[in-house]
Amino acid sequence: MIAPLQILLFLLLALAGPAVVLTRIPVPQSIAVSFYGLVLAMIFFLHQAPDVALSQIVVGAIALPLMILLAVAKVKSREAAGK
Amino acid sequence: MNLRLALFTAGALGLAAVMAAGMRRLEPIGSYHGAYGEVLNAVAVGERNSTDVVSAVNFDYRGLDTLGEEYILFTSVLAVAAILRKQKDEHDEAPDQFREVPASDAVRLLGVGLVPVTVVFGLYLISHGAVSPGGGFQGGVVLASVPLVVYLCAGAKTFLRIPPPALAKAGESSGAAGYVLVGCLGILAGKAFLENVLPLGRPGGAWSAGTILFLNLTVGVAVAAGFVELLSSFVEKALKR
Repeated sequence: MIAPLQILLFLLLALAGPAVVLTRIPVPQSIAVSFYGLVLAMIFFLHQAPDVALSQIVVGAIALPLMILLAVAKVKSREAAGK
Repeated sequence: MNLRLALFTAGALGLAAVMAAGMRRLEPIGSYHGAYGEVLNAVAVGERNSTDVVSAVNFDYRGLDTLGEEYILFTSVLAVAAILRKQKDEHDEAPDQFREVPASDAVRLLGVGLVPVTVVFGLYLISHGAVSPGGGFQGGVVLASVPLVVYLCAGAKTFLRIPPPALAKAGESSGAAGYVLVGCLGILAGKAFLENVLPLGRPGGAWSAGTILFLNLTVGVAVAAGFVELLSSFVEKALKR
């Protein structure tokens, strides 16, 4: 039998996934992917995998959005220099 | 309604029906049918004095797999450093000029509170990998996020001053090499590579689980230094004017 908390988190995940894809601007998209990573970590934690949840938080919610932001900053600085 | 939307609606409804039917009969949280996990849960604390069975698997029973994983990270950091290295035709017009937006007082205050807590939490995760969830990898990334907080509060110049580049490079390599050296302790003791030959201590104590603790420390150093190296080369490249 499925637990109410599971349903809530699965629904959040089902909303967060398309939100990442449908966000077309890179900077807000990195925030969306960070939120998606956080929901995923909560699901791992709920299913008794705290080690995996910790890894997911540090990589999915911190490292990945950060790399996207820095890459965007680099591209923008090149565009600004080209003008 | 055009054909594409109709097709999508039919597909989405069908998928939703199948998903709902599948999820309704989902196993309750925590149910498990494998034999390997049950065996490990029964023997890991007694054999290795590690109360976090996940760490016991990662750094002891399957320690060789983690060695491979650590070198995946090592190779990726190496590749990024190689791609982002200073090119021959690249010249610094203004070596110390960064495009900076001064942080607000609220962000700086939050940073002051966040830095010590994050340092302690990272060190705790690394050193207590064998006792509670966490370990060298997670703790290393948490530690590496500390300079990042400093970057958000105090800007790129201060950020690049914190980790001495030579130390970050040396930390990454020596952490990666340390894993192999701890593994060689097993060979020196006349047993297998990565076999747990150090005193096991008391279950639940910080000094417990033998080589698991030391492998966590080497992974923590390697991951923290590797991420700092990655971040500083990115920040240096991305934010130079």
